[in-house]
Amino acid sequence: MAEIRIKGVAKDFGTFTALHDVDLTIADREFMVLLGASGCGKTTLLRIIAGLETATKGEVWIGDRRVDQLPPRERGIAMVFQNYAVFPHLTVFENIAFGLRMKRMPQAEVTRRVTRTAELMHIEQLLKRYSGQLSGGQRQRVAVARALAMEPEVILMDEPLSNLDALLRLEMRAELKGVLAGSNTTTIYVTHDQVEAMSLADRISVMNGGKIVQAAGPVEVYRNPAARFVGSFIGNPPMNFLSASPAGAGQWQVGGQVFAGPEAPAAEFAIRPEDLHPSDTGLPAEVRVVEPLGPHTLVTATVAGQPFRAVIDSTLVPRPGDVLHLAPMADRIRWFNPETQKAL
Amino acid sequence: MPRALPYLLLLPATLFLVVFFLYPFVNVAWDSVTRGGEMTLANYQRMASHWKFPTAFWNTLLLAGIVVPIQLAMALTMASIVTKLQKGRSTLLYIFAIPLGISDLAAGLIWLAIFEQSGFLNSMLYGLGVIERPILFLSYQNTWVILLAIVLAEVWRATAIMMVILVAGMGLIPKEYGEAAEVFGASRWQRFTRVTLPMLKPSLQTALILRVILAFEVFAVVVALGGTQFPVLMSETYQWQFTMQDRGVAAAYAMVILGISVAFTLVILRLLHVPKEARI
Amino acid sequence: MTEAGTQDAPPAPDRVRRSGRWVFVTGVGLLVAWVLVPIWLLLANALSAPAEVTAFPRSIIPSFDTASLEFFFGFRGVLDALWNSIQVASVTMIVAIGLGAPAGYALSRFDFPGKEAFRFLVIMTRAFPLPLLALPLAVMFIRTGLDDTILGLALVHATLALPFAVLITFSLFSGIPVELEEAAWTLGCTRLQAVIKVVLPLAAPGIAASAVFAFVISWNEVFAAAVLTIENRTLTAFLLQSLDVSPLHLKFAGGAALVIPALLFIFAVRKYLFAMWGIANR
Repeated sequence: MAEIRIKGVAKDFGTFTALHDVDLTIADREFMVLLGASGCGKTTLLRIIAGLETATKGEVWIGDRRVDQLPPRERGIAMVFQNYAVFPHLTVFENIAFGLRMKRMPQAEVTRRVTRTAELMHIEQLLKRYSGQLSGGQRQRVAVARALAMEPEVILMDEPLSNLDALLRLEMRAELKGVLAGSNTTTIYVTHDQVEAMSLADRISVMNGGKIVQAAGPVEVYRNPAARFVGSFIGNPPMNFLSASPAGAGQWQVGGQVFAGPEAPAAEFAIRPEDLHPSDTGLPAEVRVVEPLGPHTLVTATVAGQPFRAVIDSTLVPRPGDVLHLAPMADRIRWFNPETQKAL
Repeated sequence: MPRALPYLLLLPATLFLVVFFLYPFVNVAWDSVTRGGEMTLANYQRMASHWKFPTAFWNTLLLAGIVVPIQLAMALTMASIVTKLQKGRSTLLYIFAIPLGISDLAAGLIWLAIFEQSGFLNSMLYGLGVIERPILFLSYQNTWVILLAIVLAEVWRATAIMMVILVAGMGLIPKEYGEAAEVFGASRWQRFTRVTLPMLKPSLQTALILRVILAFEVFAVVVALGGTQFPVLMSETYQWQFTMQDRGVAAAYAMVILGISVAFTLVILRLLHVPKEARI
Repeated sequence: MTEAGTQDAPPAPDRVRRSGRWVFVTGVGLLVAWVLVPIWLLLANALSAPAEVTAFPRSIIPSFDTASLEFFFGFRGVLDALWNSIQVASVTMIVAIGLGAPAGYALSRFDFPGKEAFRFLVIMTRAFPLPLLALPLAVMFIRTGLDDTILGLALVHATLALPFAVLITFSLFSGIPVELEEAAWTLGCTRLQAVIKVVLPLAAPGIAASAVFAFVISWNEVFAAAVLTIENRTLTAFLLQSLDVSPLHLKFAGGAALVIPALLFIFAVRKYLFAMWGIANR
């Protein structure tokens, strides 16, 4: 059992607060992605779980052990670093065997585990090489193999794919998902890439300003953002937000149209760009830029003077200056409190 | 991670420097202003009134004044060459750096082999028919030849240290700046004076400070080539400490060397100051 | 390009470039000669018989007679001085690296109050004429019984070498990514084990180079050696003291004995010259 519980963890660097009282529980064998822009505290949180950073306050539990005062080696974790951290003075074999040797495992077991994980990561023919003779992608595989060989309860990954080129990243992403699904580990994976997060995660914790804004499954995070930030951070292009003025109980006027919404003193209207379809009565959008992207066309426009994007079928070719009428799908409309920025 | 760890790691080196660097310096300073346990300026008076002091003082400054500019120019040339070169770069760098490992005493002896009476310079001049019999170059009648020999030996020996610092500094300057200047129409010389030199300021600063201080400490080269005929501050310090057995005056000399070293360091720091925001 | 095209092309830029290249090559040649010829001349003297050294005119080709060197090494006190030099330099090397490397590691890996003060102390040592330390230390050593000993002189030389050792190892350790150490911790290493298994193997060549550098600093140092030793003279101190009295061929053989190890040292550390001096920019 390697359930991870983070209780009230905070971290200050001098006067800068990197993490504010973070609480998070990660279930055994769950794949949890910490997602956020750079500086949001996601890497700091990961490093606190790893023991590479000491929390200013709070507790970290792995299974039924409180680990926040333990050194990394006693936490039962393995980690994959952003720049791989493959030891340059050791062969690939010795890199993968490093942790096992530290545990004084018998040679036969070391060989067995190294061979098995090397095969799993398709690097069995590289075992005699040094890191300097490997490509970025191969180093990445060694780093993952080294972590897997430990058969840890928890694997921590710090942006492991961000140094790879786009194509390789796609390939490694699918492979990582397969390999980790086959192991019995709890995984915490840090990334700033929302596509990576969506594709890998059982659950995503979206972080902003040292806080977890929302922790939920990928579709939930996408469809029902708990806060304005989540909607604007996830999705490409991001969610559209339009100001709304009250038009009776539970009725809101947005861009000259009236929509049914929550009963609240104030609200902001939100809709994803792909949840719009051209109609005669929709929101009037004045087209500014049209970008045909192949499968669909991205239209940048303004609605009532506010920026607005729509993804429409590529058969439709509006021109700048045209006014498109875009009707939002009723069940996809979301409302946010303009004060607290939380979902209504 | 224990908070004390970095301090524990620094402790031995710090203690060592306190005992063998700070404490002796306080000691020298104290020795220079006391005589028989009493505060006095007698040591300085005695030093200054000795006939050799002005000569030693001006000789030291003169040497530094001649040697350092020549070395700066040569080091810049050598560093530019090494930086520019693609083939044979490491070989050339090694050759240029050789004097770095050579003791000032050995350097003095090397140039003694050239300048002494039966040395290579006399042999060459004789071979060319310029002179009929060997000249005694390094005698008290030829102080300027002694000076020349010392200058040559110093330039030969200690240019390498500046060169290596400057090569390292030039390596830090991204090539794109020079290329950008070239695109905007700067000539080779303009690129050197308008781009390379300003960006090299921090390295120039280090190189000059190190070199100037070493120039004030010139000792073995002078003794090897000039004996006692060309007094400098360091050799006088040695004389007072040993031959005259007068620690107080030797300490006063040491304070003078220290004083001009600090003064010149401050001047160089000031002249070549680069604000933090303007660094690469 | 056609033949006619070649002929029509203005030849000037090419000629300018070629003459520029010629100037460049000549300049490089002169500078190389400037460095190498004096060393050659010293070796030519050392490899000539005593009589040839004082003969006139001197040939620049040595006779490869080892009589001068034999005389030098047979001279009373020379072998002792040589041995003293080696001992002092070795102790200097051990002290400088032994104290300097931990400090360099601390500077490169930790942020802590007082870090700047320590760096200032180290850098300050370079702004002072260090050999002068020998004067007060001579008194201190007499009081503690360290006067005229290998250890006493080595401690002074270590003061010269320690700041360099700190700054060089600082730059070496800074060049080794912290992630490698962190990876080692997550794989089961203690802090010390990570240093031994990961950092030291990677830094070893550089540490060796800075050790050699410390050795050279001590090997070449004249002033403090001459002030602090009387019976146990190092080679430099021995040569300095006998400058007035010794015959020329003894001086030159002694000079060669000083220079040749230095040539080898610099060759051994040539890859690390920048690590040693490049850091001067920080």
